[in-house]
Amino acid sequence: MRPRRARRRLVLVGNGMAGVRAIEELLELAPNLYDITVYGAEPHGNYNRILLSPVLAREKTFDDIMLNRAEWYAERGITLRAGAEVVCIDRAGRRVSTADGSGAPYDRLLLATGSTPILLPIPGSELDGVVTYRDIRDVERMAAAAAPGRRAVVIGGGLLGLEAAHGLQKRGMDVTVVHLCETLMERQLDAPAGDLLRRSLEERGLNFRMAARAAAILPGPGSRAGRVAAVRLEGGEELAADLVVMAVGIRPNVALARACGLPCDRGVLVDDTMQTFDPAIYAVGECVQHRGACYGLVAPLFEQAKVVANHLAELGIARYSGSAVSTKLKVTGVDVFSAGDFIADADSEELTFRDAGRGVYKKLVVKDDRIRGAVLYGDTVDGAWYFKLMRDATPIADFRENLLFGQAHVGDSGTAGADAVTSLPDSAEICGCNGVCKGEIVRAITAKKLFTLDEVRKHTKASSSCGSCTGLVEQLLANTLGGDYSVPPAKKPMCACTVHTHEEVRQAITEYGLKTISAVMRFLEWKMPDGCHKCRPALNFYLLCAWPGEYEDDRHSRLINERAHANIQRDGTYSVVPRIWGGVTSPHELRAIADIAEKYRVPTVKVTGGQRLDLLGVRKEDLPKIWRDLNAAGFVSGHAYGKALRTVKTCVGKEWCRFGTQDSTALGIRLERAAWGSWHPHKVKLAVSGCPRNCAEATIKDFGVVCVESGYELHVGGNGGMKVRATDFLCKVETEEQVLEHCGAFLQLYREEGRYLERTAAWIERVGLSHVKQRVVDDAASRSALHGRFLEAQRHAQVDPWAERASGKDVNEFVPLEPARAAEPA
Amino acid sequence: MWLDAGPLDSIPRRGARVLRTTQADIALFRTADDAVYALLDRCPHRGGPLSQGLVHGRCVTCPLHDWVIDLATGEASEPDEGETATFEVRVHAGRVLVRAIDAAAFDGRGR
Ligand SMILES: Cc1cc2nc3c(=O)[nH]c(=O)nc-3n(C[C@H](O)[C@H](O)[C@H](O)COP(=O)(O)OP(=O)(O)OC[C@H]3O[C@@H](n4cnc5c(N)ncnc54)[C@H](O)[C@@H]3O)c2cc1C
Ligand code: SF4
Ligand code: SF4
Repeated sequence: MRPRRARRRLVLVGNGMAGVRAIEELLELAPNLYDITVYGAEPHGNYNRILLSPVLAREKTFDDIMLNRAEWYAERGITLRAGAEVVCIDRAGRRVSTADGSGAPYDRLLLATGSTPILLPIPGSELDGVVTYRDIRDVERMAAAAAPGRRAVVIGGGLLGLEAAHGLQKRGMDVTVVHLCETLMERQLDAPAGDLLRRSLEERGLNFRMAARAAAILPGPGSRAGRVAAVRLEGGEELAADLVVMAVGIRPNVALARACGLPCDRGVLVDDTMQTFDPAIYAVGECVQHRGACYGLVAPLFEQAKVVANHLAELGIARYSGSAVSTKLKVTGVDVFSAGDFIADADSEELTFRDAGRGVYKKLVVKDDRIRGAVLYGDTVDGAWYFKLMRDATPIADFRENLLFGQAHVGDSGTAGADAVTSLPDSAEICGCNGVCKGEIVRAITAKKLFTLDEVRKHTKASSSCGSCTGLVEQLLANTLGGDYSVPPAKKPMCACTVHTHEEVRQAITEYGLKTISAVMRFLEWKMPDGCHKCRPALNFYLLCAWPGEYEDDRHSRLINERAHANIQRDGTYSVVPRIWGGVTSPHELRAIADIAEKYRVPTVKVTGGQRLDLLGVRKEDLPKIWRDLNAAGFVSGHAYGKALRTVKTCVGKEWCRFGTQDSTALGIRLERAAWGSWHPHKVKLAVSGCPRNCAEATIKDFGVVCVESGYELHVGGNGGMKVRATDFLCKVETEEQVLEHCGAFLQLYREEGRYLERTAAWIERVGLSHVKQRVVDDAASRSALHGRFLEAQRHAQVDPWAERASGKDVNEFVPLEPARAAEPA
Repeated sequence: MWLDAGPLDSIPRRGARVLRTTQADIALFRTADDAVYALLDRCPHRGGPLSQGLVHGRCVTCPLHDWVIDLATGEASEPDEGETATFEVRVHAGRVLVRAIDAAAFDGRGR
């Protein structure tokens, strides 16, 4: 808590998308640090500029696109000066002022003045009826001039020009677009895609003058002398016009910054902390230039806003390192997507797909086995996916041949998501854990103006539990928001308590020898001193994995299942699954389980999918007792509750089956003996089938073995979850010893590289199968080192948690308190 | 009437214990900085046993569906809505005392 002195004063100049987003982020981090004053030249609260085109096209109203009304500012104690343009910054006196002489002092100033549209310096550009396209006033002007049958000329065939043209056409105008280049949207599209776009817009009735330059705007005769009447092109052609929209580009609005002496180039110069050359002044949004780049889309600006909020909140750890951007054209019915470098150079290759009949064109630019750029026309469902692959620099060699056909044609785990979501009805359940359906999510996105996955999680709960529906939710965001989908930053922090990614945290743990959760939190400046239910279990696992035998497990950072070594059920009772090695049991064991089930009045005994017996409905206080009895009959914990090795499923194999080629049951038992007790980022299941008939379903397990006459085929990365993923073939080996070594090495690599709660399927898709092959198959030294580390970890991990608890460890976890009457406290 | 739930040390830091009473189970929480809170052991969402949740800061996350409940007020944190009953609790001479429950305290609340 801050001592009770006067709060610091923060002034924001520019009540637009980037500036207000920064304030929102700041209030999340430090709600009480500043007295905030916001200056905005526009006379209202803050609105979603991106959605001006739907307003122009009458698909939305201005009201629909408001982000924060005056009340929002008032409720947070923010002083809003709407309709007040700041004209002067006195840096020495730390004060801003407006034209009427009023102003405000600041301790910190945030500039977010956006851009100004470029007005071509041609004769007639000052005439009535010539407008630019930037804010709601421009939309109102266009709307006022628009009427069915009237003519509009739009100068500029870029993103904004086309959106304006479309909107005016929807209002019944006869629209011609004048564009300087041969290709529409040449900064986002290559020639083939630009041509397809032009043809389809022409079919909808728009007119184009390509490779044409506007030379002058001509006034009308007589009483219409001050008003626009035509546009003359270079070469002499005249286009009649009642309205002219200039959409030829924008320029960072640096006038104010420059006037007070802040160094500017194209934009206000800022460093990686979004600080200008004056340490009291920060800047974000379209007005800034960072590492030479200016951005004109909200996704990167929102990333900047996060960083600046972090510094204003005095946390001082976030860095902005630039963004990759993608664009979608928001013209209803026309699907265009573009991202990155979409023109191949000498070192890169182009993958293209063309289906003239369907009007589909796709191009990917690939360099060093990574996507560098993409242009999609006509079928953009995979845009978000390509962009993710590009941004995350995911290696694509493993599925390159199917890449152009889209995500649906590539092996795909539950977490990767699917564009199939488009075709789902509103009632389709997206998040099984929380019972959230598609319609609910889409409504929340539109009604509550959600931009990011985190916001959707917060407001709908979808994808906030097991997270296996994350891909679907991201797809819904992309589909619902279209162009204004603010792609989550490539750098995803572990959770809201930190700015660091899983990888950064793990690296810090090993590099700086951090050995307790609190040491990690202190060193990496956690925002919440105690973390939360998301980061603490993850940190606990990372430390356990980094320092086997040395790190002392923190039971209070384990979720209840792992803390109580049993599965919590919906009614608060628990289920208990003893380990049955390789799925093979005996009459003696069965009898023991039956007796114990009767003794503790277990209501349900169930055979699980992994060939184990599940005792359901046990009261928590009975757990240590039932474990003691199970231990006495020779059982240990099956870890069915943990992010751990669960089961090894087997078939009967050579010993009994007439098709069996190897002793799959015995091998399964060997594997389970070797791997039991191991903790992982997520649950892990193994299986061994005695022949390719695959009765143990080994090809949907994290690690599966299919025995064949000549040896053993090893398969990895399978998943039987919400979205089934079949395994990838890893390699073939000849002996059981090799199976064991490959299995241990594979599991250890996953332990060391998988993000907490990421199953092997998603991990392999992220890092690429070739990477796994390289470390586990091709490089014998690497395999042996991984296997060695696995064995070392297992030396410490193979302790039966049930036996420990049955003999009294953590006893107060299981025993309730019995109250006694007490004297009245003083 | 006050109930004696035993010494403070019987509740682990960043952990919880359940106090069984004739009327209901009460979850007693102890935060990292030794503050003690008492809530009805039922999440306002679907009745999950809050005592089994993970304690962080002044909150507990329900073990069933991850609702985050404020230990001091019993309220679910945004955007979830709902609250569970809280009980007056004191640490007196090293012992945790809970204000005895009035059956009416549960009716209609914490459900
Ligand atoms: C029609 C249209 C469609 C768009 N579509 C997309 C899209 O689909 N996807 C996408 O990502 N981006 C899109 N954009 C771009 C996106 O809107 C901008 O990148 C974003 O709004 C920039 O945010 P900003 O805060 O930097 O600037 P702005 O949102 O423009 O905010 C700047 C504010 O500062 C005010 N201001 C300036 N100087 C002063 C001063 N001296 N005193 C007080 N106030 C001042 C201005 O009045 C303005 O309100 C679109 C833009 C337009 C115009
Ligand atoms: S889909 Fe989503 S969050 Fe979920 S259980 Fe499966 S569900 Fe879990
Ligand atoms: S997988 Fe092959 S060996 Fe095993 S039970 Fe089936 S048919 Fe028999």
